[in-house]
Amino acid sequence: MTEGRPLIEATGLVKRFGSFTAVDGIDLSVRAGEAFGFLGPNGAGKSSTMRMIGCVSPVTAGELRILGLDPARDGPAIRARLGVCPQSDNLDPELTVAENLTTYARFFGIPRKVARARAAELLDFVQLGERAGSKVEPLSGGMKRRLTIARALINEPEVVLLDEPTTGLDPQARHLVWERLFRLKQRGVTLVLTTHYMDEAEQLCDRLVVMDAGRIVAEGSPRDLIARHSTREVVELRFLAESQEVFVDKLAGIGSRVEALPDRVLLYVDDGDAAVATVHDRALSPASVLVRRSSLEDVFLHLTGRTLVD
Amino acid sequence: MTATLAVFEYHLVGYRRTWRGSVFGSFLLPLLTMLGFGVGVGAYIAGGVGGVSYLDYVVPGLLASTVVQVTMFETTWPVLGNFEWHKIYFGQAAAPLRAADILGGHLVFVLFRAVLCAAPFLLIATLFGAVHSWWALATLPVVALLAFAVAAPTIAYSATVRSDSYLALLFRFAVLPMSLFAGVFFPVESMPVGLRWVAYATPLWHGVDLCRAATLGVAPQWSGWGHVGYLALWAAAGWWLARRRFQTRLFH
Repeated sequence: MTEGRPLIEATGLVKRFGSFTAVDGIDLSVRAGEAFGFLGPNGAGKSSTMRMIGCVSPVTAGELRILGLDPARDGPAIRARLGVCPQSDNLDPELTVAENLTTYARFFGIPRKVARARAAELLDFVQLGERAGSKVEPLSGGMKRRLTIARALINEPEVVLLDEPTTGLDPQARHLVWERLFRLKQRGVTLVLTTHYMDEAEQLCDRLVVMDAGRIVAEGSPRDLIARHSTREVVELRFLAESQEVFVDKLAGIGSRVEALPDRVLLYVDDGDAAVATVHDRALSPASVLVRRSSLEDVFLHLTGRTLVD
Repeated sequence: MTATLAVFEYHLVGYRRTWRGSVFGSFLLPLLTMLGFGVGVGAYIAGGVGGVSYLDYVVPGLLASTVVQVTMFETTWPVLGNFEWHKIYFGQAAAPLRAADILGGHLVFVLFRAVLCAAPFLLIATLFGAVHSWWALATLPVVALLAFAVAAPTIAYSATVRSDSYLALLFRFAVLPMSLFAGVFFPVESMPVGLRWVAYATPLWHGVDLCRAATLGVAPQWSGWGHVGYLALWAAAGWWLARRRFQTRLFH
């Protein structure tokens, strides 16, 4: 591989569907071996960007280079070197777990024997070895997801694209997926993923961009972003009142920022416990108090004025 | 080409699960048809049609119309499902395949199914004495072409509609009238002139006339190459439309 050259490079990338602008001029570059994330709410343009990178959606304007190639000209050649795990599984429910991998391998021109060996190896990797011969239909959501991830690895891709890899999974299944993806990352596979879960972004991404309304509003490592756009700690206060808004004034001056959400007020502070003491000094009595570390959720709230998951 | 074959191979792997039932059906259906129409209805039609017994007359027609029905089933729900329900085509599009490979691989499978249902039909018809010429073997490439002519535009249609209620419409307003009036059961010439031209316009009539000429060992009613050309026109136009639909839906 061309040393140092980014695997994915976009400048002024735009995607329009008719009069709707899904991606509004973004710049990004993904280096070999890193786990890069797009964090943002639904409709932020993450999936449209992923589809352009996956070479299944033509670029409206701007420049995009993947593995040094132009998706408009070399779509199939690029796709041959990518692994794609789409937002909703598109496995064949009628085929067995193993057949889903071996038939897919053939689309990459992989010989049958190699395909069978790789399928067995990948099924072990995603802990589905024992289900190789069973049909896909009765598998749980988490198992299907892991099978889709295995399918994305069948061609030993240089970059794996994961569009919301754990959306719709229960917590246990999510952790199993994260653990496998982490293992991939350790092997040096470049991961590009979209998510609207801040914990997912924090767990998996070395570097991420925060997207909102088709634009990138911030970029950096999870830790950087938190340091840059939030305080060290956050105090969450719930008041028994119709509106939390009215408490904003009463809390003014405690910490660097006060945000009112429909069900709670957030205080951005450096020392949570000290802030809680000040709240009580002001004779305010919230129904519940929680002191926690700042997260990417807070970064997003600060940058856009909205929460990630509504 | 290899990409198209890989897609064909994928469809074959799925078919391996259901082939027993489908092969059984491929033998049972013509057998029942032979008995019902040929022997049963045929007994009431003394003197046959145009000098041949009714069984001999109706068998090639039924062969062509059965192929059309199988083709229509294979190109409606499965195609809609691959876009709307299981999204199989989108998974294929993420691999290094082009729209033409995804479409072509599925189409080759449909043609394979069409020929696979025609062969036993022909065999059973031969056992019933309804085949009169070695030309009957030519019905196999003919039904493949007929299947292509019907499959391509149907795939284009199934790739356009978003709900399967539109597919039922296709069977009610295209397949059923075509099966009844395109010369399968009685000569088109016994209908009023206006309806005749509707029959001539259907791909099925051209397939029926070719199959009938082949199994009876006579010249077709219309130019043989004319039939082939007309069917090829349907196939080419259908392919062009279907390929465009696949391109827009998979790579938009």
